[in-house]
Amino acid sequence: MLETIKSVPIDYYVWLSTVLFVVGVFGVLIRRNAIVVLMCVELMLNAVNLLLAAFSTYLNDAQGQIMVFFIMVVAAAEAAVGLGILVMIYRNTKSTDIALLDKLRN
Amino acid sequence: MTLYIFLTLAVISVITALLMVFTRNPVHSVIYLILTFFSIAGQYVLLNAQFLAVVHIIVYAGAIMVLFLFVLMLLNLNADTEPQKSNGWKLSAAIAAGLLLVTLVGALRGSIQVNIPETADGSVGLVENLGKALFTDFVVPFEIAGILFLAAMVGAVLVGKRDLKV
Repeated sequence: MLETIKSVPIDYYVWLSTVLFVVGVFGVLIRRNAIVVLMCVELMLNAVNLLLAAFSTYLNDAQGQIMVFFIMVVAAAEAAVGLGILVMIYRNTKSTDIALLDKLRN
Repeated sequence: MTLYIFLTLAVISVITALLMVFTRNPVHSVIYLILTFFSIAGQYVLLNAQFLAVVHIIVYAGAIMVLFLFVLMLLNLNADTEPQKSNGWKLSAAIAAGLLLVTLVGALRGSIQVNIPETADGSVGLVENLGKALFTDFVVPFEIAGILFLAAMVGAVLVGKRDLKV
């Protein structure tokens, strides 16, 4: 058996991922810079990735790590398109403040 | 020993994630998030997920965060000029995040029962085994991911163009 599986309970990974995910949610709620909000979303994705990889190794099943790979693919695409949209917004409003982005309201 | 490495990496990742959220300067946020990603890559190494560790470093620290840093530099947001949310909003955000934490911990505590097979030696994370799974069972999603990348690239270029003439 792998040394990590013997000495680290799977619960520890669950708690670590939970804390990282909540920190990401907190960042999304508290920050006003849209770029930092996107970074917090990346942190949430990483928390989930870590848990998937941990369960994959502990259960000796490759599917979890394949899923992590695809999440990374989607995260990369999302970051590219999201930052493109943000640059466009900055060009029009001269700001990346999410409080200004309520143009679709009403 | 492994437990201590795990705990050290966990503490580093949580602290740098909190610093990423709380620091005012967006460039410092990016640096702290890169540190978080490196400690998560350390967790992958600990889990013997070697392929994921390398891909994680290359994709996140090498590509995505550099992209973020470039956009911050191009938009000249590298000073702490970000307007702050009101204290009431910050307090309610803290309460909401704390409630989420309590809910998740309460829901998960005691409910994690995993039958770890005796054959779990961490060999699933090796490039050989992941490659086999990726190109046999998951070959269709793999190709769809390629199409997704193409669409994302075209979309990003179109969104970023200054004066679009169709």
